[in-house]
Amino acid sequence: MSGAMRMEPGAVAAPAPPAKQTSLLSHARHVIGENPVTGLAFGLFVLLALCALLGPAIAPYDPLASDVAAKLQAPSLHHWFGTDEYGRDILSRVMVAARLDLGIAIFSVALVFALGGVSGVAAGFFGGWTDLIVGRIADTIMAFPLFVLAMGIVAALGNTVTNIVIATAIINFPLYARVARAEANVRRDAGFVQAARLSGNGELRIVLTQVLPNVMPIMVVQMSLTMGYAILNAAGLSFIGLGVRPPTPEWGIMVAEGAGNIISGEWWIALFPGAALMLAVFCFNLLGDGLRDIVDPQRRT
Amino acid sequence: MSKTAESMTAEAIPLLAVRDLTVAFATRRGTVRAVERVSISVGKGETLAIVGESGSGKSVTSYAVMRILDRAGRVAEGSVTFSGVDVRNAPERAVRDLRGREMSMIFQNPRAALNPIRKVGRQIEDVLLQHVQAVPSDAKAKAIEALRQVRIARPEERYHAYPFELSGGMCQRVVIALALACQPQLLIADEPTTGLDVTTQKAVMDLVVELTRARGMSTILITHDLGLAAAYCDRVVVMEKGKVVETAPAKQIFKAPEHPYTKKLMRATPRLGVTLRDLLPTDVAATGAAPAPPAPDAAREPLLEVVNLIKEYPRQAASGGMSKLFGRRAGNPDDATFRAVGGISFAIARGESVGLVGESGCGKSTTSTMVMRLIDKTDGLIRFDGIDIGDIPANKFATLPLRKRIQMVFQDPTDSLNPRFTAARAIADPLMRLGGLAGRDAVRARCEELARKVGLPTELLDRFPHQLSGGQKARVGIARAIALSPELVILDEPTAALDVSVQAVVLNLLQDLKASLGMSYLFVSHDLNVVRLLCDRVIVMQSGKIVEQGPTERVLGAPQTGYTRALIAAIPHPPI
Repeated sequence: MSGAMRMEPGAVAAPAPPAKQTSLLSHARHVIGENPVTGLAFGLFVLLALCALLGPAIAPYDPLASDVAAKLQAPSLHHWFGTDEYGRDILSRVMVAARLDLGIAIFSVALVFALGGVSGVAAGFFGGWTDLIVGRIADTIMAFPLFVLAMGIVAALGNTVTNIVIATAIINFPLYARVARAEANVRRDAGFVQAARLSGNGELRIVLTQVLPNVMPIMVVQMSLTMGYAILNAAGLSFIGLGVRPPTPEWGIMVAEGAGNIISGEWWIALFPGAALMLAVFCFNLLGDGLRDIVDPQRRT
Repeated sequence: MSKTAESMTAEAIPLLAVRDLTVAFATRRGTVRAVERVSISVGKGETLAIVGESGSGKSVTSYAVMRILDRAGRVAEGSVTFSGVDVRNAPERAVRDLRGREMSMIFQNPRAALNPIRKVGRQIEDVLLQHVQAVPSDAKAKAIEALRQVRIARPEERYHAYPFELSGGMCQRVVIALALACQPQLLIADEPTTGLDVTTQKAVMDLVVELTRARGMSTILITHDLGLAAAYCDRVVVMEKGKVVETAPAKQIFKAPEHPYTKKLMRATPRLGVTLRDLLPTDVAATGAAPAPPAPDAAREPLLEVVNLIKEYPRQAASGGMSKLFGRRAGNPDDATFRAVGGISFAIARGESVGLVGESGCGKSTTSTMVMRLIDKTDGLIRFDGIDIGDIPANKFATLPLRKRIQMVFQDPTDSLNPRFTAARAIADPLMRLGGLAGRDAVRARCEELARKVGLPTELLDRFPHQLSGGQKARVGIARAIALSPELVILDEPTAALDVSVQAVVLNLLQDLKASLGMSYLFVSHDLNVVRLLCDRVIVMQSGKIVEQGPTERVLGAPQTGYTRALIAAIPHPPI
């Protein structure tokens, strides 16, 4: 095999000392360094996650304990965010509520990620009837005003947190299915998929081992982007009185409770949970943009 | 037409003078100099070729001349003077005025250069109006005239065509019409014929040279193809790794190349009267004579036999679903289908390599994909080693033991490797699925053995495709194809995406592997020079039919049909 052992000069020069050119971590560090907004979003995310994990433990007051003597107090050193009309500490309530709001968002996004991802990839890869059915289901859902659809689902299934999760997942389904379908469709006839067929992989195996790993990064970005929307949706449902019920601390309910007091000058009751909501949505959207840069192989040079 | 510095008097000032140009790109790992101290001059009416392999900086040089470097790149040193204007330091408005009116550019992919949703005639009008070459009342007439000048038949009708309605060659003609619309003085053609068939390439290049000569324009042709440069240019600049290594008149550079790199490039270019071994650099070629390939065993029955193979597609793919739903329209069934392959028959003997050549759209890829059992035939017979494999549905074939006996090397090494898998995993995939190898160590050992066989350093096995060079990716693809010791390997233009020096190595590798493993090749290609070197027999296809087949020397040496003759005549040859 004398001929086969030869290499072009490029190949000889190539055994570069760092075998791994860029690890995901160092790449992520580079993207964050280049784009500080992503770093800010990541910091916000850590803060939110801390509240969600440790909220009840680190909250300065019991979020449910009312103290009529201290009701409707403006923000002060004792109550940073003030108190509501039952004298409950708003800072504590905002912190504790993070767990419920993020929980609803995470579970619903995970659910729709699994459902939409699998059916979308199947539709894009197999085409034909699978594509037709998945496409029409997505179209049907898209035909409704999504928030009204979510209201309908929660009203019909019952007023529970589980049903909020299901409703949020259903209204996000078309987004996921379409992204997954488009990504899988592009790769259906890619050279490496053909090569996998030649290597003796069945169709199902090709979907799982060849197509899915390539669709995943885009889906993760999609997850982050819809996460904010899912939080907003859950809070919106609670705001109009569906889903979570008082006195459970939840950002949407808290905004609803405080809304009536704004006119009488107690602005802090609605403002702080509203701000928390806004920051959370903001954080996930920015994080999605940053993630898009991190997972895009084109930007890794 | 060569102009040396001393003969350059005041009246012979070159149209374009590039002096000591250095272009730096800011990357994450510091500054990279893509072009270093390059000096080029182009006289009025001169045709200059810049030749080099990928990464030689030839395109970057032209971008710097046009001042269209992307954001990361900047001219670090040197000057670019175009008819007295300092392009490097001129204000953006002045340069914008130069671009299009004084110098224009043709890009590699004509379809990407045209707006897909605007009629081609309108696009020419846009350019004419923007540069005040026409007023709205006569723009249409001028646009049609421009189309006529680039030899587009029935320009009045084509004026209304959208880019997707035209073939690649036609689109390139429209792009040329756009580039020439404002009578520029300098035309930069960046690989204008890559991706076009040889006959189209000849037509496009003839047109460019003729039009620019008639107008006294200067041309810079950027190409990797020495033959093309020699056939169409006055002077050739050879670049390697960002530096100019040699500048000489075209005729001289082929007779007496001076720089070792030029010699190496010349050697590696497939041409008449050489063998595969001749393509390799002298120092390597001396080390091993080609092992004599075992003579094709003609006495035994052929390994592959294809009889009257037909593939038809529905004519309008988009309406397929609708007509199924509403019942197919009555009418002539011939109208509803398009015959990609129209009844072809051929055979491949054991140990033989057969070239399948033809222009794009002739059905050669469809044929090879059917033989590969990736798509189903419409009619006919595909017999492999006496077994009728044509009747096994394509989606069932993947998991059959027969699968390991027919393998394929794909055209684009990048596209055929999963970007998320390492080289080792790509090679291991067929071993684990069909090879019956179990255990990580056994698979790994076999992967390393295969990597050594194809000349891939084993430490590269853990890299991802984007960390490998084009040649290395091609080797991974070849290692994967031969992993199961197949009897028939289909090579679908395996070197089309590679530089000539890498191509020379890969072709030799394929030849050696065939000899040592006793495989048969079906080599699909449009490059007759490569087919000549690698194949025992050639099949020429045109519009889904075989027009000629026979031993390579006979078909390429004494072609029987006009089509084969036209194909051979269109290959640009270096003047040797």
